[in-house]
Amino acid sequence: MPTKLSVRGLSKSFGAKSVLRGVDLEVDEGKSLVVIGGSGTGKSVLLRCILGLIHPDAGEIWIDGEDVLKLPEAERPRRRRQIGMLFQAAALFDSLKVWENVSFRLLYGERMKRDLARERAIACLAQVGLPPEVADLSPSELSGGMQKRVGLARAVAADPKVLFFDEPTTGLDPITADVINNLIADRVKALGATALSITHDIASARKIADDIAMLHEGCIIWRGPAREVMSSGNPMVDQFVHGRADGPIRMALKAG
Amino acid sequence: MNPVRTIGRGTISAIREVGRISLFAAQAVAAALTPPYYWRATLSAGLRFAFNALPVIGLTAVFTGAALALNIYDGSARFNAGTFLPQILSVSIVRELGPVLAALMLSGRSASAMAAELGSMRVTDQIDAMSTLAVDPFRYLIAPRVLSTTLMTPLLVLVADIIGIYGGWLVAVFVLDFSGPIFIGNIAEFLESRDVVSGLIKALVFGFILSTMGCYYGYGSRGGAQGVGAATRAAVVASAVLILAANYVMTSFLVEV
Ligand SMILES: Nc1ncnc2c1ncn2[C@@H]1O[C@H](COP(=O)(O)OP(=O)(O)O)[C@@H](O)[C@H]1O
Ligand SMILES: [Mg+2]
Repeated sequence: MPTKLSVRGLSKSFGAKSVLRGVDLEVDEGKSLVVIGGSGTGKSVLLRCILGLIHPDAGEIWIDGEDVLKLPEAERPRRRRQIGMLFQAAALFDSLKVWENVSFRLLYGERMKRDLARERAIACLAQVGLPPEVADLSPSELSGGMQKRVGLARAVAADPKVLFFDEPTTGLDPITADVINNLIADRVKALGATALSITHDIASARKIADDIAMLHEGCIIWRGPAREVMSSGNPMVDQFVHGRADGPIRMALKAG
Repeated sequence: MNPVRTIGRGTISAIREVGRISLFAAQAVAAALTPPYYWRATLSAGLRFAFNALPVIGLTAVFTGAALALNIYDGSARFNAGTFLPQILSVSIVRELGPVLAALMLSGRSASAMAAELGSMRVTDQIDAMSTLAVDPFRYLIAPRVLSTTLMTPLLVLVADIIGIYGGWLVAVFVLDFSGPIFIGNIAEFLESRDVVSGLIKALVFGFILSTMGCYYGYGSRGGAQGVGAATRAAVVASAVLILAANYVMTSFLVEV
């Protein structure tokens, strides 16, 4: 399997605070990697750097053998057409209807006709288990779990080849979380896509990952197959997956 | 605390801010003038802007026109010039008060609304989400607002001019015993098109200023609900100050002294 996504020596500081200190990651084509780590360890910053929303201080990001940080501005949209992203709080456009959210890229990026885009949106909604009636609602009328589903439908609507998920189950009840996990696993497989997810929900990680990596203090400290994560032998991974307050990881209580 | 250092730091950060705002304005113009265009978003932003602002503009104009009529009459009657009320009133409104008051009210009503809307989109990741969907937020969010507001503001100022003069007319006819038709006739005879046009040119610039400020502070806001509040406040203050400063500069070019 060729490497689809590769991150090398990625570093990022905000002022005096260094969040990422040389992160190295590789994801093979068609595989799903989940990065776990405590709150505030820089998981979202890592994804934002890969997506080009934050410029890293140092490091390289390769997708399909292209260094995306060196890509000229004009090439960015073409690159972005091949990726899909589900944000932590879904980040649906609250001034648009559900179907316009799902078809946003088709409507405004590719200028598809509205009635055609609406049909596509309804088909995408069906894939995440939502009935056509939802299409004309506004995002604020939906529950948290339904918003995540719509966010997922929006992320996969244009058949992306690389998918990113930022804490897809945070804030959901365990049953809804499991439904979302199943949908993610199902969609990634159906698209044959490569997936990079971040989460602190270990149950979710085990469900959607082929491989798991752990981010701690700005570096990847462990990586292995998902089935080995509960018995990794690494004391920090052990502490995290078993949720113990005592251990080598000291949680900073104060942010910053 | 070293006062020289404090002043120096303040100056440098002020210059940086001016630079950032200029760059933002240039990018907004570039995005508005080059494809892809989002006509639906532009039209809806323009209609929403005008529709929301009309009540505030109308009320401001009618009361200002009425009060202005009383003041002008009282002042000019001291040298027996009270009969020139229609002329003085109309020229003050179309050249100065219409554009400036309307623009200040629009800063409070619309620049703040743009800052709050874009700010909450920013802090809920909607703007980042738009980038990942391969749609440039500058083209989809900023350009339509700046373009439609810049074009709509002269229209709103024209409405403010008419309602303001009407407010003065009401006072003149019902309080000061002027004849209604003669009042209007005097204005029509006196007012030159360059009076009105100079006010509308101002309005165009004010519309650009207030929409750019609303978008700049909203787009750049961070730090949750508190950050959105700060962005809204900054947008209103910056917009009002820049409008008043630009008004002076433009007036000195537009009058023939
Ligand atoms: N734009 C930013 N400016 C300053 N600090 C930031 C910014 N984004 C994130 N941070 C800081 O980086 C750290 C990691 O944040 P994040 O990646 O969101 O954590 P998480 O692992 O919970 O997703 C946090 O302490 C946060 O305060
Ligand atoms: Mg996060």
